[in-house]
Amino acid sequence: MADLNVGDTIPGLRVTPDKYLPHRYAGASGDFNPIHIDPEFAKAVGLPNTILHGLYMMGLVARAATDVADGDPRKLKRLSVQFRGMGAPETEIAVTGTVNSVADGRVIIDTVAAQGDNQTIRNAEAEIQL
Amino acid sequence: MTVKTEAVGKEWPATTYEVSKEKIGEYARVIGLDNPVHLDREAARAAGYRDVVAPPMFCVVYSAPALGPAMFDPEVGMNFAAMVHGSQEFEWGEPACSGDEITTSAKCLEIFEKDGKGFYVFETRSVNQDGAEVVKGTWTNIVRGV
Repeated sequence: MADLNVGDTIPGLRVTPDKYLPHRYAGASGDFNPIHIDPEFAKAVGLPNTILHGLYMMGLVARAATDVADGDPRKLKRLSVQFRGMGAPETEIAVTGTVNSVADGRVIIDTVAAQGDNQTIRNAEAEIQL
Repeated sequence: MTVKTEAVGKEWPATTYEVSKEKIGEYARVIGLDNPVHLDREAARAAGYRDVVAPPMFCVVYSAPALGPAMFDPEVGMNFAAMVHGSQEFEWGEPACSGDEITTSAKCLEIFEKDGKGFYVFETRSVNQDGAEVVKGTWTNIVRGV
């Protein structure tokens, strides 16, 4: 694992979910809430269109955090996020992060997921075991 | 209107989920995880796992079913039309591997009102067939205009 110091930025990731990603995530996760997969339903409840699952975006945050530990799933010990903006399919998501603290064999990384200026996940905190 | 709080402390029946290699692979591919420990049994064993290991966030697959009855409980009384998933926390323990049988229980931790919004906080705890805690989840739903 790379040497991590307070203030370091993590490599992060950039992903553009295609039009059908929410369908595949619904199948993989079991969350078939129609706001994610049915444009007519989404519009009927006042949304501009279908929106991404928040937990899909949290999955991307977890991926970016785990990548810091060479993708070893055992190293991610805790992840807390706040869902804020709505995420849209067919728009690039950027996950970025900065090391907040390094102590007692644990690294805390502050993370954000955003589509342009729209921060879909804010105040995310990932705890990685060194 | 104010939020009802009598469901605070309430617990719901546990659900059990058997983790499988193909379901882990499906989840890993959707998220774009390419570590072979999620896809290939030999790679997982070589890395010290009992079998193909689930990505940490796969926990939503096995723990969310326990939360359904809690969220739809009339005693909780959430207005789904005005609800958003506000925040989420997971703390992981023992990794979940293919073949594991994971039992999840759900509990209402808090219901309160702040700035005209209702906050509904639930906890799930998931343990494996050996009784080891796999993950603890804290799920916060926010209902506008309570």
